Amino acid sequence: MSDTIRKNRKKISIGRIFVYVFLFITSILSLFPFYWMFVMATRPSAAYNSIPPTLTPGNMLIENFKKVLNEIDFFGGMWNSFVLCAVVTIVVLFISSLAGFAFAKFKFPGKNFLFVAILVTMIIPPQLGLIPQYFLIANANLLDTLPGVMILFFLNPLGIFLMRQYISGAVPDELIEAAKLDGCSNLRIYWRIVLPIILPAFATLGIIVFTAVWGEFLWQFTILRDPETYTIQVALAQLSNTNNIDFGMILSGVFWATVPLLIVFLLFNRLFISSITEGSVK
Amino acid sequence: MNASSKKVSIFKKRKFRSEEKKDMISGYLYIAPFFIIFALIGLYPALFSIYLAFQKWNGLSPMTFNGLANFELVLTDPLFWKSVYNTIIMGIMGTAPQLVVGLILAYLLNMAFLKFKSYFRVTIFMPYLTSMVAVALIFSVLFSNHESSLANYVLTHFFGLDPIAWAASEWGTKIAISLMVFWRWVGYNTIIYLAGIQSIPNDLYEAATVDGANKAQQLWYITIPMMKPFIILTVFTSTVGAMQLFSEPTVFLGADAFTRDEAMTIVMYLYRDAFRLQSFGTASATAIILLVIITIFALINLRLTQGLGRKKRRVKK
Repeated sequence: MSDTIRKNRKKISIGRIFVYVFLFITSILSLFPFYWMFVMATRPSAAYNSIPPTLTPGNMLIENFKKVLNEIDFFGGMWNSFVLCAVVTIVVLFISSLAGFAFAKFKFPGKNFLFVAILVTMIIPPQLGLIPQYFLIANANLLDTLPGVMILFFLNPLGIFLMRQYISGAVPDELIEAAKLDGCSNLRIYWRIVLPIILPAFATLGIIVFTAVWGEFLWQFTILRDPETYTIQVALAQLSNTNNIDFGMILSGVFWATVPLLIVFLLFNRLFISSITEGSVK
Repeated sequence: MNASSKKVSIFKKRKFRSEEKKDMISGYLYIAPFFIIFALIGLYPALFSIYLAFQKWNGLSPMTFNGLANFELVLTDPLFWKSVYNTIIMGIMGTAPQLVVGLILAYLLNMAFLKFKSYFRVTIFMPYLTSMVAVALIFSVLFSNHESSLANYVLTHFFGLDPIAWAASEWGTKIAISLMVFWRWVGYNTIIYLAGIQSIPNDLYEAATVDGANKAQQLWYITIPMMKPFIILTVFTSTVGAMQLFSEPTVFLGADAFTRDEAMTIVMYLYRDAFRLQSFGTASATAIILLVIITIFALINLRLTQGLGRKKRRVKK
């Protein structure tokens, strides 16, 4: 009897070791490209030709980065991306929470139809309107400007959906009724009662919007043709377009562009992961 | 006394009415910003694309009606079909394994005995935070044509194979691009599946254990069916995403992106028509064909995933 128990335990522990090994290998495979990017970013381009490949960091971190600065306007790109993402995030939070508030707490004819219509717009692939959108921006003289890029990202049906869900759950009707009896206008109710309650949902939606816009490429690549207005994604893409490809330089650019976001992620990883799951699962 | 209370109630009612009206106006006002922006940059361009698909236009001279000629041009262009083929192949290679591995990882990450859970979760999720451009650049160096690239080193020294021109061969480009899609998204899907697994009530498993179901049976009869909504969601988003593949091949191939055909996707074909060849009519026709293709694939995959678990129920009976 005790023998079979011991056998069972042994079996389980082998299974457990297998689980740990599998997960460990997966985490190594996930991390390796990051590590290797760092290695290449610190090595001269010639290190690339060595066999076996170099797997330890060198001392050219700064020099490679200087080459990046000669090639593209790195800090300008980071700044443009940051401005783009910050403005888009704030505007989307505002538009979504206001509309979410209306859909959650007001009665008006056609409400359900309009809400479903917003959800339906999520299915339209963004490329369908790409060409007319480009000409709209061009005719408004907004090519090569950040506002020209921003306006498309202001459309965020998912944000309205998330905000409606959150507001109908988290903001009690009694509170709104009470405020109305006190003579609060609807806008005041939104500002003084709804906004403070939905701040956690702002964090969720904010992270989703910021990271999505930060990484988006096709639209930014289409609208921004002037190096002065490049966002970091468009600027980085130019690194592999040069005639004399320098791998150390390319990965140095990628490294310095990726590290800030990764640091923020590692600091707030719980919030990041739960936000992004919530955004897609709800 | 009676009269005054009546007055109050009428007053209240009137106040209530005007309150209702106010709410109605506020409601419309608050949703207006979205709809105004949508009409301008969502709906109008989508409709205009349909109009443009029937016009001949180079962006400068006036448009001329072209009938179905744009569609004919696109549908008889071998390069278009090559791009459809490329998109489907890379879509399958990049997403199908990802969903399977994601399910396995989520299942393992949910095991009760597991330690370092948050370490595993964070590291597996990390690639998702890297932008598509960054991923494509990292992989363009990992998988370069050079014999000394890391991918070729592994191939030649560990597997005894010949080095591959990753950025210039039919299967090399497709494998490298599929791998980067896989690497970036597998953690994302794992996290979604994990949320799905954790939403399954524990008493279901307890009841099954009491009834004598083993772990494999529990996985097959409880976990997978309960995960169906999450599987449908990820299959749907991955399918739609795969059909829109653009950034990874474009950045991976760099200067060659729009001249080589090994990794040209449908969206790249569209982009090339519009912004390299100034043929906006055919590009718009491509956009509409793309919409049709996406719809077809999304429906097929929805059908397939909805069938998940149906067979099992029949067996149970």
